[in-house]
Amino acid sequence: MSGRHESGERGSPYAPHTAEETEAMLSAIGADDVTELFDIPESVVFDGEFDIDERTEREAERHVRGLLSRNDDLTEFLGRGHYEHYVPSLVDHLSLRSEFLTSYTQYQPEITQGFLQALFEYQSMLVELTGLGIVNASMYDHATALAEAALLAARVRSTDGDRVLVPDYLLDQRRDVLENYTDGAGLSVETFATDDGNVDTDALAEAIDDEAVMVYAENPTTRGTVEENVEAIGDLADDHGALFCLGSDPVALSILQEPESVGADVVVGDAAALGLPTAYGMGLGLFATREDFVRQVPGRLVGASEDAADNRTYTLTLQTREQHIRRERATSNICTNQAWVALRTAIHAAYLGPEGLVDLANDCVRLADDLAERLDGISGLKAPVHDRHHFREFVAHTDQPAKAVAEDLEAEGFAVHAVGDHEVQVCITDANEHAADDLVAAFEEVA
Amino acid sequence: MKYDQARWTDGKTMEGEDADGQYEPLLSEKNSEEVEVESPLPDELTRDSVELPELSEPELARHYTRLSQMNYGVDSGPYPLGSCTMKYNPKFTEDVAALPSAGVHHDRSDRSLQGSLALMHGLQDYLAEIGGMDAVSLQPPAGAAGEFTGILVAKAFHEANGEGDQRDEIIVPDSAHGTNFASAALAGYEVVELPSGDDGRVDLEALEAAASDRTALFMLTNPNTLGLFERDIEEIADIVHDAGGLLYYDGANLNALLGQARPGDMGFDIMHYNVHKTFATPHGGGGPGAGPVGVVSDLAEFLPAPRVREVEDGDGKYERFEPESSLGKVHGFEGNWLVLVKTYAYIARLGDEGLTDASAKAVLNANYLASQVDYEVPFEPFHHEFVASAGDQDAADVAKRMLDYGVHPPTTKWPEIVSEALMTEPTEIENKDTLDQLAEAFNAVAAEDDETLANAPNRTTARRIDQTSAARNLRLSWQSLDSEE
Repeated sequence: MSGRHESGERGSPYAPHTAEETEAMLSAIGADDVTELFDIPESVVFDGEFDIDERTEREAERHVRGLLSRNDDLTEFLGRGHYEHYVPSLVDHLSLRSEFLTSYTQYQPEITQGFLQALFEYQSMLVELTGLGIVNASMYDHATALAEAALLAARVRSTDGDRVLVPDYLLDQRRDVLENYTDGAGLSVETFATDDGNVDTDALAEAIDDEAVMVYAENPTTRGTVEENVEAIGDLADDHGALFCLGSDPVALSILQEPESVGADVVVGDAAALGLPTAYGMGLGLFATREDFVRQVPGRLVGASEDAADNRTYTLTLQTREQHIRRERATSNICTNQAWVALRTAIHAAYLGPEGLVDLANDCVRLADDLAERLDGISGLKAPVHDRHHFREFVAHTDQPAKAVAEDLEAEGFAVHAVGDHEVQVCITDANEHAADDLVAAFEEVA
Repeated sequence: MKYDQARWTDGKTMEGEDADGQYEPLLSEKNSEEVEVESPLPDELTRDSVELPELSEPELARHYTRLSQMNYGVDSGPYPLGSCTMKYNPKFTEDVAALPSAGVHHDRSDRSLQGSLALMHGLQDYLAEIGGMDAVSLQPPAGAAGEFTGILVAKAFHEANGEGDQRDEIIVPDSAHGTNFASAALAGYEVVELPSGDDGRVDLEALEAAASDRTALFMLTNPNTLGLFERDIEEIADIVHDAGGLLYYDGANLNALLGQARPGDMGFDIMHYNVHKTFATPHGGGGPGAGPVGVVSDLAEFLPAPRVREVEDGDGKYERFEPESSLGKVHGFEGNWLVLVKTYAYIARLGDEGLTDASAKAVLNANYLASQVDYEVPFEPFHHEFVASAGDQDAADVAKRMLDYGVHPPTTKWPEIVSEALMTEPTEIENKDTLDQLAEAFNAVAAEDDETLANAPNRTTARRIDQTSAARNLRLSWQSLDSEE
């Protein structure tokens, strides 16, 4: 088969030049051949091959589909920082409109009002949910947002100090990213103990001193518990002039204590819990903070302004904080962000509306409760391990080695986390609750 | 080209006759509702209420459709934004990224993720081959994150050699991307700025003077931001290596070189790939992208964890592993997976011939467009992009006026080595007709007076936006608009 859309002698299927056009262009330039246009010393010219076959679109689609089909078709009850809720069809159809998808950062705001407004609306919805006055247009993910929060804390804090205090449930990968990002600034990450899945405020009081620049906690936590001491954590941080950074997500924020009201100075999290299906951990870094710190915020900010016709418009603002202007003195090195995911999150949040969002969050409480209770009734299991309220996920004790339980469940078609020698973690939302009965039956088999 | 962008308004205003109007109203202005939070959780653990927009699905579909009409992407028209490589984003790559089999959780077992691991292994290989590198990490979620990762690799290498403290400087040319400086500072390094030579390239004497036993890394873009190939690249590599430093390749301009030259063959030790530039994944209004990092074999042990390898005697099975002296992680999971799927699909579609042709046509297009544009281009021979000078005109005003001709303008006022710079990168996707129309737009603007330029744009959704007002009177949410009233 040949033709415009097939590969072959035409080269790139997305370079539309006919041989005649190429000829005419070369003659306008005054060159005989395209190779003349490359000014590369002979000694470094590449004369080999990549050995990558070219394919038609049909072949390429089939090839990638074939590769991905090697993934087992498991029903996932997985969370621990990466969550799935049912994403309404509207989100795909609108976010994939190519005026959005194929646009660049809004450095020419007059021609990109649509995306700017969508980001302004994203920022606004998260301002409502966090209670904090400033939300940026996105960081990469929860872990990098947490790292940027620590760097912000080090910048805005009036006194010296280099300690970042984190709870012992902090995910290894988040700690790793936090350490990598803050090492250059000379910060040290230190752990405080928790008690039954919540912050042990006595242990925190013991650990904290005036050298602490930031205290981090989560609500809900990585172990699925609802934190009951957020206010006390905020007070302890405040007493020592440290910032309080709270990890959460937009679904949980719709019902849990409002971060601003409990003294949070920064809220980070994965906002892609709304808007993106499970995507191997790809996320959207939520970053919210107080208005006092606006000039120290990392990343892009969309603000309202006026145009020459005095209409309300939107534009990227306070760009002097950013790397393309401030270079080594920028508040962050971030350039490309997760704007399109923020658009999807905004559409999903607007689709749910306040009632829908609260309902979804309440489902996360009920579903986790119900499933834990059912698993607790199975011999060989105790659930939940923590005597707390839970959101989406919980840890269960297994008499059998957790790894073996998880492997046996996988053989039955389910994925759960093995998080300790005798602990599995299970996450349930509107996206997988239809399979809860089957999961319980499988647990009965393998536990 | 004639162009009028959609301008949905709230009906109160037409072209400034009635001040304080607005384009498509905010969601909150259409309908907002405060609901009391009733929850199975105890009251003391919940908030009292939440106020958010409450609209029907048809209303939302219209809202976002209107917003999209007030936006401009590559599919809307030419987008010759220098250094950004605004290529066409093949639609089928969206389809494969949306396959249910791609929608998997990172924390599953390797055994159950053989498809994802095979794709990642394949992409590691593709990128290594294309860059002339030996090992690749797919984890960095953007170009700047790739730079940061590469710098951490260099840091780990020097630390392993007992020179971690001593090598505290990173050299960056004055014409480099701002992220280079910021990434170096983020990693705790002193930035040594290298002035460009008169020919717009690296000044070898200046580099000799700057390189020392304090040099950890020299970061370089090639072709550089003027589109010029650093012809002395082998001498540059020698100078840096003789001083005990490493050489970093900023992959932003790789679209000039596919199949023509490879950073690994030029002496670079570390590089990142901007897959949202070179490999045509969509920019999405600012992201997500991905910035995989490639290194030579000596540095492979320091790359982020996990990477993917074939299981020994494993019958074509793959597994994740932690490199021996891994620097750890730079993203909570494995970066922007869906972007990686699209990258793989693009490379698998084009193959050797398509990739090589893409660069050839990108360079052809830049050269042809430059030959048709009246503005002077002071530095030659350029490759996939050229930097013209707007001369007596203000480059930012030129850009605003070009919007009225239905084309996205070039990057402006950068690099600073060219006064009133118009950094132009048409990419390979435009044909001669489109380039001719683009040249007409440049030339029409070149002939216009300053007042016309200063009053532009007129045909876009918004007229010229007041940046000063935005920054002085910060309104970063609809809540702050409310409090203003």
